[in-house]
Amino acid sequence: MRHRARLALFSAGALALAVLLGWGVLGLPRFGHTHDTVGDVITAAVTGERHVSETVGAITFDYRGIDTMGEELILFVAVAAVAIVLRDEHEEPLDEGAGRTSLQTSETIRFIGLALLPCVVLLGLYIVSHGHVSPGGGFQGGVILASGALLLFLAGDFRTFHRTVSEPVGDPAEAVGMGGYLVIGLAGLAFGAAFLDNVLPFGSSGDIASGGVIPLLNLTVGLEVGAGIVLITIEYLETIVRVRQREVVP
Amino acid sequence: MSVLPYFVAAWLVLVGLYGIATSRNLIHLIACLSVVQSGTYVVLLAIGFRVGGTAPVFSDVAPGTPTVDPIVAALTLTDVVVGATVTALLLAIAVQTHKRTGTLDPDELRELAG
Repeated sequence: MRHRARLALFSAGALALAVLLGWGVLGLPRFGHTHDTVGDVITAAVTGERHVSETVGAITFDYRGIDTMGEELILFVAVAAVAIVLRDEHEEPLDEGAGRTSLQTSETIRFIGLALLPCVVLLGLYIVSHGHVSPGGGFQGGVILASGALLLFLAGDFRTFHRTVSEPVGDPAEAVGMGGYLVIGLAGLAFGAAFLDNVLPFGSSGDIASGGVIPLLNLTVGLEVGAGIVLITIEYLETIVRVRQREVVP
Repeated sequence: MSVLPYFVAAWLVLVGLYGIATSRNLIHLIACLSVVQSGTYVVLLAIGFRVGGTAPVFSDVAPGTPTVDPIVAALTLTDVVVGATVTALLLAIAVQTHKRTGTLDPDELRELAG
């Protein structure tokens, strides 16, 4: 009964929303024919103003760089929140070996994982460092770097992964990623310009050393995103290991 | 069909909301929220699309070539990142809910809360 009442209430609301959305959609510019947007202005100016060939990267890290700082902060806070939510206050110490038997891998996965690791990390670094020249950037490359780190988990076990990636690499990389973005922003103030102003020389378009601070910001975001995703995954894996631990030791 | 992409976005939002309203499992509910959010990706990219426009990357096309709107592409990037972090956080809350109450059914949760 309660389900039927809920469905009826939802249907009424959804119908009203559908009518509103349909009405609004019919008032939008014809699909594929929008004109004279801010995007056009930036597209026309970007190669001359910033010597950057990838317009989306220039917008993300320069024209609206302060929004990207907020976005990075959301990720930073979410990583901390996941860690806080997943950890119980009265928890037995983590026995990293408990998940070992059940999270074991085969020799094939171990070999392929280790063989792929350098390739994936190289690809991630390439995507991060060429974000202002070709499609890519810190967010996309950061995710690729994180999947490279996760190959270490697939190829090894949780203990190795936790000891080699989480504490010595993950935590500092995330902090440096977030702090680095702020420091680059403050550098603008130090040079007498505005916060996050692009104060470095722009170089020549298409070079890896072009676009002023954009490649540096890409690098900090790549660190932050890569480390953030690795840390979130570690928190979830730790939860799995704890559950297995409880099953092994009744 | 010049409005079809916008209606696809509206349909994604509505079908995702239906899933949220009728969900019997928190994991399913979080997936439905991702469906709602994918509607926003479609609407952003649809607004930026230009007939005949190429990607706004000038490494192999000359500056001045007509391109799609790069601003909505940057906004979609933000949208994707925020969506992923929200999903990660909500899944953590679902894990903790199951650990505390032993159920993932929103209806049973309400009964437990009294």
